[in-house]
Amino acid sequence: MAANLRWIVIVALALAPLSAMGNYPLHLLILCLLWVFAYTGWAIMGRLGLVSLGHGAFFGIGAYVVVMAWNHWGLSPWMGLPLALAVAALIAFLIGYPCFRFKIVGHYFALVTLALSEVTRLIIVALRDQTGGSLGVTPTTALQQADYSLWAMQFPSKLVWFYVVFACWLAGLWIWTRVDRSMARLALQAISQEEDAAASVGMSVTRLKLGITMISALVTCAAGVLYAQYQQYVNPETVSGIGISLQMVFGAIAGGMFVRFGPTVGAAFTLLLAEGLRLALGHDIHGLDTTLYGLMLVLFIIFLPKGILGAAEEALEKRAAPTTRAAAPS
Amino acid sequence: MPIFDIFLLEAIINGLLLGGILALLALGLNLIFGVIDVVWICYAEMIMIGMYTVYYTHNVYGWPLWLAFIAAVALVAVMGVILHQFVIRPVLAAEPINQLLVTGGVLFFLQAAATLAFGVEFRNIGVQLPQLQLGEMYFSFSRLVAFLVALAGMIGVYLFLKKTFLGTAIRAISQDRAIMPLMGVNPNRIFLTTSALGGGLAGLAACLLVLQYDIHPAIGLSFGPITFMVCVLGGLGNMVGGFIAAFIFAQFISVGGFFLHSEWGYVLAFLFFIGVMFWRPQGILGGK
Repeated sequence: MAANLRWIVIVALALAPLSAMGNYPLHLLILCLLWVFAYTGWAIMGRLGLVSLGHGAFFGIGAYVVVMAWNHWGLSPWMGLPLALAVAALIAFLIGYPCFRFKIVGHYFALVTLALSEVTRLIIVALRDQTGGSLGVTPTTALQQADYSLWAMQFPSKLVWFYVVFACWLAGLWIWTRVDRSMARLALQAISQEEDAAASVGMSVTRLKLGITMISALVTCAAGVLYAQYQQYVNPETVSGIGISLQMVFGAIAGGMFVRFGPTVGAAFTLLLAEGLRLALGHDIHGLDTTLYGLMLVLFIIFLPKGILGAAEEALEKRAAPTTRAAAPS
Repeated sequence: MPIFDIFLLEAIINGLLLGGILALLALGLNLIFGVIDVVWICYAEMIMIGMYTVYYTHNVYGWPLWLAFIAAVALVAVMGVILHQFVIRPVLAAEPINQLLVTGGVLFFLQAAATLAFGVEFRNIGVQLPQLQLGEMYFSFSRLVAFLVALAGMIGVYLFLKKTFLGTAIRAISQDRAIMPLMGVNPNRIFLTTSALGGGLAGLAACLLVLQYDIHPAIGLSFGPITFMVCVLGGLGNMVGGFIAAFIFAQFISVGGFFLHSEWGYVLAFLFFIGVMFWRPQGILGGK
């Protein structure tokens, strides 16, 4: 039943923009799927005990590298994308290798990666002659003559963007599934429980951790690229730094970081919460949505650490369990 | 060339004074981590609330400044107790990282609640302390005051931990959390005392920062991360290490900002921090 439900959701989502949906709901849907992609990237490693507060760095690298390459070198985002991924992979390696080699775990790992996301934000601000500093920057438009530009990855049509991020969302889920079914996932789970014991039975702790960190960083970086190209505006505060890192962590936790559709539920939930409050209360009450959001996060971590979907699945399993056990002997 | 040197010296001394504030910021956080084993990610936001307390009591309700300062320290200390009792305590038995993340939720909450309650305008308490002149060099008097208060605060905490009965209990429980309850110490009472003390130190930092900086809801983000780096560099929970690390960081920011742009000073400090973590993951003074 759960599998059927999953396909119904996917097909319904694929068909959603074909209905006479307004531009605004479509925009929300695109943003939601885009964030899910990034949250999924974080959760791939987050659920294995590698809690990083540095994913804002990878997101920011993705967003800024493509825009800078396009604005200053005229490099198409299609080439900017691999460049951004290469930079993110390099940074992930430079920070990850020593961290894992020297067993920086738990609080320390979270705080070292937090420093990374702050460094990224500060460098973007400090290079204000190139990046526009805190004011942010827009990619030079290629839409003077044409309606869209494939070369510049600029599509005014929301429908195109929807299918792009939809494909990425599916790709994110696919990566999640692949990781989930791999031996490496089991090994990493063992490592997160007891690192020394895992190493003693021959697991290459550094290599396994580095691998998962790379995958996670690349997914997040790709999400950053898409975000910059879709929004056509980047700002250091909204794509890097501690704020965006925490947003990713909480999006994944709210939905449930241990289940595949958790980040999806988390992103949908937080977006609906923010938009719902805005519609109900208007624009004037600035900060109310984030206040409630913060309060809910606290409550979630205390009472529902497995997230909405994680808790729901657990409840379903609990209800299903007695019947299967009763059925087994017969 | 001689003028160059004087400005450099000015930057170094200003860095020394900045180090005092960073050391005070790190002190409360280190105390809490050392005893409760929890990092308050929302520490800087509590300082922000303290700064607003000074602003509202002093500038809106017209309390004298010293009373406003006492109110800020008391309020943030109470917040520390509330934070521990209702947020940290329920997750003390959960995964360690949940304790870090739950205070991250509090960070969002406090920041947004401050926006909601106080608006996004920059506020200033309008108290100007004079500039100090020494030869051709200028120093901020408020920084000097902050430096001295930070020093006094640290000595006070040290004496409290070493000389009082409660302080001894706090040190004992930070050494072995499992055994102390068997010795008849109520760990929750110790934790609440420590939280109040840590909150009070945050309030004290707020009083000093409010003399130098404008207040706005996002101000916590501008010195929160640097405080964590100071604590980790010194070895989480190691107060002497935090003290030394604060001065190293401050020199990077001040002298780096003198040669380059001020953001580059921060970038250098953070990169230095990441580098040192790989050399001594346990902090400069942390034991193995």
